Amino acid sequence: MSQGMSVRRASLASYLLVAALALLSLAPIVVMIATSLKLKTQIFGDTAAFFFVPTLDNYRAVLSDAQNTRYLGNSLIVAAVSTVLTLTFGCMAAYALVRFRFMGRGVVSTGTLLLRMVPPAVLTVPVFTIWTYQYGLNNSLFGVILLYTALNLPFVIWILQSFIAQVPQPLEEAARIDGANPYQVFFLVVLPLIKPGLAAAAIFTFRIAWNEFILALVLTNRFTRTMPVKVSLFLTEHNIEWGQIMAIGTLIAIPPLVFTFMASRQIITGMTAGAVKG
Amino acid sequence: MISRQVLNRASPYVFIAPAVLITSIALVYPVLQSIWLSFHEWSIGTPPDQTRFVGLENYRWLLADRAFWTSVGVTLVFAGAVVLCETVLGVGLALALDRELRGMSIIRTIFILPMMVAPIVVGLIWRFLYNEQFGPLNQVLTGLGLPAMSWLSSPDLALVSVIIADIWQWTPFIFILSLAALQSLPSSAIEAARIDGASPWQAIVFIKLPLMMPVIVVAALLRLIDAFKVLEVIYILTEGGPGLSTEILSLHIYKTAFVSQQLGRASALSNLLLVMVMAITLALVAVNHLRRVATRRADAAEG
Repeated sequence: MSQGMSVRRASLASYLLVAALALLSLAPIVVMIATSLKLKTQIFGDTAAFFFVPTLDNYRAVLSDAQNTRYLGNSLIVAAVSTVLTLTFGCMAAYALVRFRFMGRGVVSTGTLLLRMVPPAVLTVPVFTIWTYQYGLNNSLFGVILLYTALNLPFVIWILQSFIAQVPQPLEEAARIDGANPYQVFFLVVLPLIKPGLAAAAIFTFRIAWNEFILALVLTNRFTRTMPVKVSLFLTEHNIEWGQIMAIGTLIAIPPLVFTFMASRQIITGMTAGAVKG
Repeated sequence: MISRQVLNRASPYVFIAPAVLITSIALVYPVLQSIWLSFHEWSIGTPPDQTRFVGLENYRWLLADRAFWTSVGVTLVFAGAVVLCETVLGVGLALALDRELRGMSIIRTIFILPMMVAPIVVGLIWRFLYNEQFGPLNQVLTGLGLPAMSWLSSPDLALVSVIIADIWQWTPFIFILSLAALQSLPSSAIEAARIDGASPWQAIVFIKLPLMMPVIVVAALLRLIDAFKVLEVIYILTEGGPGLSTEILSLHIYKTAFVSQQLGRASALSNLLLVMVMAITLALVAVNHLRRVATRRADAAEG
């Protein structure tokens, strides 16, 4: 009896703790969204913190600026195209690493681990000089897409390896006996079976490409900028329009937030797989 | 007929070729270029043929540069503080909340939201929260009759403010990994401890924490690597200031290259940062290797 009591009391405390933590996690994001729905006078006045009439004025202002819609479009193109390329080439490479023994396999395998760790800041200088003076890809969306694809490939290869390893090998052998070549085995047998893995990898890849800032800052000009770059430029201006910049911030935050609610289980699995399995 | 056979035999290479090609031209080559550049002097805006070989001069200059050492110090304090705080908080919360809570999956979803938001947006949010005149944090403080704080403009406080923002964003990472580790512990060990009369605290200190340790170490090392990569949030919050009080190495690299326009020196800096991150990565590989050996031994002992 007394033990039951203490368990119940403890769990009330843990519910309170969880509620407080959830509030801490959410509050800053809610503040951003609320500010994006306020007029200038409401942001600076200290009386309207909680109760205010929301307005879409800031979003109207942001989206009626052709520059902003262009940058949003750029962000979308860069993130979508690089995600498709990364997944296509990543799942092929992951399949080769899991299923074949070939020369250079060890080098590629170690390489993917090491390349995942390179800080983006380390790449700013060489990427700027190479893209500008050797590849001629500076200020082009294709240049950004190429870089993001390369940046995300090591991670995607690594995460897809564990999904491919789970495909039952007898299935592949049966297809081979029926006369399928290695390419047919991969595209017709293996790929459909790793769809959940591809979905998780797609979310991670899209998010990183959509959120990336410093390399886009170095590689783009006023036509090819992505939305995160616009945020930094907006902030250096003198009279910061907080309502509008919070609207931009909210627009950038929406896709990752939607993905999180749609696929939190896969995201957490992907996150824990790395540390728990090693 | 033969060509088809050759094509099938070559299939591993065909599968791997696009990925190797793209990472080579857009990742490996830039890293090598950065090493090459670090032995040269080159100012942004001048044509590449004016690059001059200077040997180890960039490194010598850096090691004598006070700003470099300040930045190293800021980086170590930042990385050490965030990893320590996030690990202690994350593991502590996991231990406190390791029970049958209803609605845990929605809670977990809420906890990962800060990690999913773009770092640039996290910077934006906290710059607003920390605003000295109308920011919510100071409004709360003055509402409670406390003095307002200069969160981002005081050299002593700015680094703390930056650290707080990182703790907000990344503590859930350690929490979720620790909770996963905790819930995969063999219940027999914990049950045995309970039957032997161990108090909840003793169970944590002598059973749970030691068993969780490998995951905690790996999670902390992953966070440490990420802490050395942080740039965006600080770029938006303080741009490294006031003075150099929040200028961590990745920001110092960016400024050396694109504000001071010294590409050679920035490359030398980049390589030093890369060496640090690779050293931690090797530690991570070593830890994982030891774990695998340990599990194999344990399996062998059981089998």
